Amino acid sequence: MNIYVILKRTFDTEEKIQIENGEIVEDGAEFIINPYDEYAIEEAIQIRDEHGGEVTLVTVGDEEAEKQLRTGLAMGADKAVLIEDEDVEDGDQFSTQAILAAYLQDKDADIILGGNVAVDGGSGQVGPRLAEQLGFNHVTSIVKIDIADGKATIEKDVEGDQQIVEVSLPVVVTAQQGLNEPRYPSLPGIMKAKKKPLETLDLDDLDLDEDDVEGKTKTVDRYLPPEKEAGKILEGELDDQVKELVSLLKNEAKVI
Amino acid sequence: MSKKVLVIGEVRDGAFRNVSFEAIAAAKEISADGEIVGVVLGENVSGLANEMIHYGADKVLTVESDKLADYTPEGYSQALQTVIEQEDPEGIILGHTAIGKDVSPKIAARIGSGLVSDAVGIEAAGEEVIFTRPIYSGKAFEKVVVKDGIVFATIRPNNIPALEKDESRSGDVQSVDVDIKDLNTIIKDVVRNTTSGVDLSEASVIVAGGRGLKSEENFDILQELADVLGAAVGASRGACDAEYCDYALQIGQTGKVVTPDLYIAVGISGAIQHVAGMSNSKIIVAINKDPEAEIFQIADYGIVGDLFDIVPKLTEEFKKVLV
Repeated sequence: MNIYVILKRTFDTEEKIQIENGEIVEDGAEFIINPYDEYAIEEAIQIRDEHGGEVTLVTVGDEEAEKQLRTGLAMGADKAVLIEDEDVEDGDQFSTQAILAAYLQDKDADIILGGNVAVDGGSGQVGPRLAEQLGFNHVTSIVKIDIADGKATIEKDVEGDQQIVEVSLPVVVTAQQGLNEPRYPSLPGIMKAKKKPLETLDLDDLDLDEDDVEGKTKTVDRYLPPEKEAGKILEGELDDQVKELVSLLKNEAKVI
Repeated sequence: MSKKVLVIGEVRDGAFRNVSFEAIAAAKEISADGEIVGVVLGENVSGLANEMIHYGADKVLTVESDKLADYTPEGYSQALQTVIEQEDPEGIILGHTAIGKDVSPKIAARIGSGLVSDAVGIEAAGEEVIFTRPIYSGKAFEKVVVKDGIVFATIRPNNIPALEKDESRSGDVQSVDVDIKDLNTIIKDVVRNTTSGVDLSEASVIVAGGRGLKSEENFDILQELADVLGAAVGASRGACDAEYCDYALQIGQTGKVVTPDLYIAVGISGAIQHVAGMSNSKIIVAINKDPEAEIFQIADYGIVGDLFDIVPKLTEEFKKVLV
């Protein structure tokens, strides 16, 4: 099996967000592999271990993302590719789609796995966009996958319900929580990862011009939500607190 | 300038999801006094078309096929491509639902357009349409414009109010024939887990439990409260990790991001990842025995105490008031 995982370097979910001049402040922040992409890496490794083949990690970003790729290699992926996109103006999901497709179009992938959504941008667009451009099928929010005879049988989360889907390969799938329990990189895994191939490419290597991948949307502002004021902690006998709460919800907040 | 905007209506269990009507309201903002064209896909759905007109659509196109009985990206994208080519719209709006978020990037890639996902606000500013959307799961927000392609967006349920229903409104309903090719994706089965029928993403009231619930069985007391309120039940990551409930219920930065009118957090400490997923709820109630719990920092109302005493009392009190 020729298996690819598309992943993204994101802010650690523990991080508080700060904004200066409409830009997210990255100084001093911890970065991680997007949590949903970790499920994708784990599943890719399991599919390879069952069916044979090779797992290649691909990310679009800056040189800092090498660290996340090394972590994925330490988990057990075979090789990694970093496509640098610093020159792309106003990059958006279209830009990522176009760059990944340019890289993957001649790779003969059987399956491409990614996260259901990135915890920073939160659009969930890249997987289905990429599938469309490559002419692959796609299934999003998967919680189980079995591959046999050129087909994948997949359980997909549909807002809490489960849909069982059969789809022919090649396919792009995006991982939802519950798919698996991602492994931690082992010490031998970390040592091995240092020697695994990690290729760095730029747009020229993919025969792309900056204009080809310029974003089709533009962020014009970023801001933090207003701080919530401390609320009212009720006091007194429990029965009275409960009565007061219901009354407040009904008459003051008017939400019931 | 007035624009023609397509709104894809989503039918579930024989009725439109409310977000379809919210999408019409969003389309109004884009179209100015242009035309809003509703689109309904499925099997035996034509009878519903007029309802989109009652909520503000000017015309509705229906595409009926047994191949559209269940959602598949291929089936829907073929049908929508035909409609888009026929209508040549300047805007498209869908709900940010399981279907909307699955099909819209595929369509956007196919027609070479930008797409704004998961918008919670929309405003027209001259020729531009500015969407507001959460980033970092609601820890921050961004304003986005589409600068290339049509004004294409999915909107989060429960954020953009639908227009008032007006049954006197009338408009054309036309069927569109689409010869849908054989599908590579086959739906074998659907397993329903959502027993109460209230979907988290669209719920106006959510009752969520955390580790404080202590067991899977204890989630029953939340369900009883939820039933009285017509609410959906959610959970923190801690409760899901402890296997008290399914991950499908998880609210947070990994999990679902929700914006109900009322969020009742029961036995939830208020970790930053959980708060990211629910802090934009209109009113937040926290019930926790630890007065120092972080959840009280963002709650509008709080009760400090044992949830096993409080929740059943609350259920009884709501019963009295809501009957």
